[in-house]
Amino acid sequence: MSSPASAPTAAPAPPSAPGPRTVTPPPRRSPLAPPRSFLWARRIFLTVLAAFVLVPVYVMISSSLKPPQDVSGEFRWIPSVLTIRPYIDIWSTVPLAKYFMNSLIVAGSATVCSVVIAVFAAYAVSRYEFRGKRVFTVTVLSTQMFPGILFLLPLFLIYVNIGNATGIALFGSRGGLILTYLTFSLPFSIWMLIGYFDSVPRDLDEAALVDGCGPLKALIRIVVPAAIPGIVAVAVYAFMTAWGEVLFASVMTNDATRTLAVGLQGYSTLNDVYWNQIMAASLVVSVPVVAGFLLLQRYLVAGLTAGAVK
Amino acid sequence: MTTTTPPVTEPVGTVPPGAARTPRRSGRLRRIGLPYLLLLPALLLELLVHLVPMVIGIVVSFKELTQFYLRDWSAAPWTGFGNYKLSVDFDAPVGQALLHSFFVTVAFTLGSVALCWLIGTAAAVFMQDTFKGRGLLRALFLVPYALPVYAAVITWVFMFQHDNGLVNHVLHDQLHLTDKPSFWLIGDNSFWALLTVSVWKGWPFAFLIVMAGLQNIPGELYEAAALDGAGVWQQIRRITLPSLRPVNQVLILVLFLWTFNDFNTPYVLFGKSAPEAADLISVHIYQASFVTWNFGTGSAMSVLLLLFLLVVTGGYLVVTSRGRRASDV
Repeated sequence: MSSPASAPTAAPAPPSAPGPRTVTPPPRRSPLAPPRSFLWARRIFLTVLAAFVLVPVYVMISSSLKPPQDVSGEFRWIPSVLTIRPYIDIWSTVPLAKYFMNSLIVAGSATVCSVVIAVFAAYAVSRYEFRGKRVFTVTVLSTQMFPGILFLLPLFLIYVNIGNATGIALFGSRGGLILTYLTFSLPFSIWMLIGYFDSVPRDLDEAALVDGCGPLKALIRIVVPAAIPGIVAVAVYAFMTAWGEVLFASVMTNDATRTLAVGLQGYSTLNDVYWNQIMAASLVVSVPVVAGFLLLQRYLVAGLTAGAVK
Repeated sequence: MTTTTPPVTEPVGTVPPGAARTPRRSGRLRRIGLPYLLLLPALLLELLVHLVPMVIGIVVSFKELTQFYLRDWSAAPWTGFGNYKLSVDFDAPVGQALLHSFFVTVAFTLGSVALCWLIGTAAAVFMQDTFKGRGLLRALFLVPYALPVYAAVITWVFMFQHDNGLVNHVLHDQLHLTDKPSFWLIGDNSFWALLTVSVWKGWPFAFLIVMAGLQNIPGELYEAAALDGAGVWQQIRRITLPSLRPVNQVLILVLFLWTFNDFNTPYVLFGKSAPEAADLISVHIYQASFVTWNFGTGSAMSVLLLLFLLVVTGGYLVVTSRGRRASDV
């Protein structure tokens, strides 16, 4: 995540990153040392929870390094031998590279579009008074509660019919999936960015307006750089949403546009179930998002603190 | 992720260089129109992907739409309330199955939301103070949330396998708790398998939100309480938990809606047809529509589901907002 291309040229850098940009250490509870009961409760609870979280992660990692006989017989905690063979085989058992590219294109494009659109919408809500503002925010947020299944069928019909009428292939294409996914993250992104932009002092962009910047320039030169953590958080969220979605991917893709979400199930429909390969493939597709998420999680917490949780 | 930022700068080029110095009159017009212009893309997309499909879904629910009418859905014959009658006729197989699926979903949702909230809150509160290894633990706890759903759930599918899974290995071979290895992904056990996976995957979100909420509690409150002699447990009960109320109001609602509508977890866990004990409503409707190609009935079921969620959400907000200003919602 390098700083945005516009930042270096922005004339006056915002004097100080406003308030909740950095994760402040949470308020300490008691200045006194907590009592034994608390320490033991904490120790036990967190240990059990860590074990619960870790076991599947361990299974995923260890099984991905096992030879086939270790995963077809009785479960083994420790692999009999360590092998990287599954990591080589996954690419030929199913066309994983193709699925990977499809997921990358779909999730990447959906993220970029969703973030740009959310920035504009959140800026409008945060900085302007206009008729219908409340209706807009409530409507956008309430789309979050629609069951995906409710608009899957009609959207399927719409895409098929648009395709028949105009020749624009939305159904089965990456474009249709991108369009769908970007709206999934849009409501939450707008909601979070409104809170984030609200916390950027108005003086900053008003000063820019006085200096002769247009409103869009003020947004891009001043507000966006000051809200980078919030924007990063929203981008992470949007990417994860698109990368992990299964329902629409299972209906709206074909052989050429299949994403990882559907493609990964290909390992188990063959005659043999290669669990070591499935685990290896799961790990490979998880690494980009998990690494990205863990690196940027502080932004997400900061973004949530400033934006969503108020 | 590195591709996310450059396009943000793109619109710079679309603003004509002299735009800032345009004459007053058009500037004024622009200022009134600008917020709407900024909202336009978001609005159009929401309309196309959410609102228009919803309206079509409602229309379709009054039609008899089978695969023969796919090319031109408006030509499908009207059936009035036929699809609804079929869905809620609880003496007939279709209605009976839907009602069963509904009850399973309610039980599953209540269990999952309660556990996710409880574990998430407890973990966040326990990790409010700094201690050694806290950062590492926090990163670890967020892993289930960060993992793509299918990767996480497929790992659980492996663990729940009858012959070569970890769960049976531990319960049967190592602890000898069961007489013989159990089936986890078919039969009655599948409900518990589904609940376990859902909680494993869902609680870090509650953790994340509560953690963010805790940062907004002013430290002075704790200091004042400590001066008054309140212990840690009392501080948690008297300060932390009450301060989290507004956060919890939204958190629980969001958890509820997501869990109730969850499709990904059961779909990856069980495949296209879920076992009866874990037949969640989303998968049930999916099956009613795409496996049997009966879109009219599927749409009617979806509309009923939406109505139910609307009523529950409305009721929830009214009840929880009592005594608080409605604008806080």
